[in-house]
Amino acid sequence: MAGTLIYAEVQKGEIKKGAFEITSKAKEFGGEVAACIIGKGAEALAPQLAKYGADKIYVVDGPEFENYVPEAFVQAFVQVANTVQPTVILTSASAQGKDFTPAVAARLNVGAVSDCVELKKEGDKVIAKRPMYAGKAYALVEAVGTPQVISVRPNALGFKEIAGAGAVEKVAVNLDASKIKVQVKAVEVAATTEPDQTEAEIIVSGGRGMKGPENFKMLEDLAKLFGPTATTGASRAAVDAGWRAHSYQVGQTGKTVSPNLYIACGISGAIQHLAGMGTSKVIVAINKDPEAPIFTKADYGVVDDLFNVVPALIEEIKKIKG
Amino acid sequence: MNTVVCLKQVPDTETLIKVAGTSIATEGIKWVINPYDEFAVEEAIRQKEKMNAGKVTIVSLGPDRAIESIRTALAMGADDAVHINDGAYYDTADPYATAQVLAAAIKGLTYDAVFLGKQAIDDDAGQVPAFLGELLGLPVVTQVIKFEVSADKKTATVTREIEGGQMVVEVPLPAVFSAQKGLNEPRYASLPGIMKAKKKPVDVKNAGALGVSAGPMTVIKEMSLPPARQAGKIITGDDAKAKAAALAKALHEEVKII
Ligand SMILES: Cc1cc2nc3c(=O)[nH]c(=O)nc-3n(C[C@H](O)[C@H](O)[C@H](O)COP(=O)(O)OP(=O)(O)OC[C@H]3O[C@@H](n4cnc5c(N)ncnc54)[C@H](O)[C@@H]3O)c2cc1C
Ligand SMILES: Nc1ncnc2c1ncn2[C@@H]1O[C@H](COP(=O)(O)O)[C@@H](O)[C@H]1O
Repeated sequence: MAGTLIYAEVQKGEIKKGAFEITSKAKEFGGEVAACIIGKGAEALAPQLAKYGADKIYVVDGPEFENYVPEAFVQAFVQVANTVQPTVILTSASAQGKDFTPAVAARLNVGAVSDCVELKKEGDKVIAKRPMYAGKAYALVEAVGTPQVISVRPNALGFKEIAGAGAVEKVAVNLDASKIKVQVKAVEVAATTEPDQTEAEIIVSGGRGMKGPENFKMLEDLAKLFGPTATTGASRAAVDAGWRAHSYQVGQTGKTVSPNLYIACGISGAIQHLAGMGTSKVIVAINKDPEAPIFTKADYGVVDDLFNVVPALIEEIKKIKG
Repeated sequence: MNTVVCLKQVPDTETLIKVAGTSIATEGIKWVINPYDEFAVEEAIRQKEKMNAGKVTIVSLGPDRAIESIRTALAMGADDAVHINDGAYYDTADPYATAQVLAAAIKGLTYDAVFLGKQAIDDDAGQVPAFLGELLGLPVVTQVIKFEVSADKKTATVTREIEGGQMVVEVPLPAVFSAQKGLNEPRYASLPGIMKAKKKPVDVKNAGALGVSAGPMTVIKEMSLPPARQAGKIITGDDAKAKAAALAKALHEEVKII
């Protein structure tokens, strides 16, 4: 098949937005767009993918797929890939995708291109643009083998509704249990409704200027005003001080994010922090030091004490929202 | 417990990157151990210390300069190293080709675990651990933030970071693990450590000697700098309240996000 196979990730009983992004992108490449969705209860979700361009949807559903266990998911996906014989495989570079994608490529004995932010078709091949050196350089990369395995940074492409044929086929996979050596003992996921930083459209982030963990409440309140696609983040200084968990850290040794809006409060804008959020579409900085490097990257800068600005901003936004 | 640690030397995180052809200009760069590989080295040394037995072997593919980072790891407490010193191979190697070399170097060694970093901060690929596991026929656990080995050294109980939380898994050894921040706090090399490191054995080879000829499966066609971000508008006003009002207005009318 001269077409694309996408991996539709399921989290907390829902298809992740990143899956729709890569599905509608695949539609632009021409050829058939097949999707593979794996998970307990995946069958009920599968038809949603048709809305974003999936022509064919392979469903691997069963209790053994309740948790993401790399080997089981890789085996299931590779079986589908071997049936579909796509020329391109697209996945989302989510936390799970970062584990899953290279494992799939390794099993198919081809290379992989990770965390891409732009894709274009040139002849039969997809050329991917991806940040390297923490976003300090961009490379155009071609995977030379077939299929081309490419993971795409969530939020980078956007998505559009575009109908696909949407034929759903349930697949019975034969797992080689002898190779499934990693056993899941416990899964702890915070009962938050906030999106992960990598997928959030709006991030309100705090740094050392926040002065203490209790003050992050104010940033959470601000984030909530922007709705369910907003969340909070932190600089490494705030994480190292123990004010926020590492999962909140944005930057070179934290998460790489590209939201539509990034609000940095009390963050100086060290190169390692900028590395993680430099591709945000709009950056707002609130900092009392006019010389803070964050202002050289910010679209909007407010030079003042954040403890006065943030509460006032919350009130003003409430006013606008009425 | 015997461990192998795959260590890559990378530009320091402060480095300003300049493009040269399809790569970067290397003049003036300060080279350091990949930060995630430091966690890997530290964990391997801690496991050895805890059990009071075994050794830590560093494996690194890199040009001449990589020896400095290898020596730093030896000074931290690793015991010996394999340096695949092959500049030509290294220059074109992608994660796929790198893993072929590392696997060939590791195959002859005795080990209970292989530690890597979750990602090299130069290529930012995050792929080598998966490829290596496949080539060695071993299970892979990525993004490890806590690592414990059973007394009989037959299994490891490992906590890994997942989206929005953590997952605890149990895996038979040997296995491949990739380190995430939070696993530990890497030590600095001590002065006696640095002295001792000079005498620790480093086995230098090239890719050919390992019988590896696999080429890369990905090719960089062009390298560029990110579009420069223009510094934007500084919002002015009489006081914080007025500035906040102006910012809210801008977010509403210009960014159209409220
Ligand atoms: C290998 C390595 C990896 C790293 N990875 C990361 C990473 O992933 N992410 C990351 O963020 N950093 C990372 N760093 C650390 C980075 O270099 C900086 O130390 C860190 O980002 C600083 O955090 P900060 O901006 O919160 O603190 P600071 O640099 O201390 O800045 C605090 C800012 O708050 C302002 N401020 C203080 N009080 C107020 C107030 N009342 N109102 C308004 N503004 C106020 C100050 O003017 C100042 O600009 C890394 C460093 C290294 C060496
Ligand atoms: N040239 C290399 N030599 C030794 N280890 C490497 C090399 N390249 C990558 N690795 C290991 O693989 C991990 C992931 O690298 P990457 O897949 O390139 O992001 C790194 O953190 C290292 O542990």
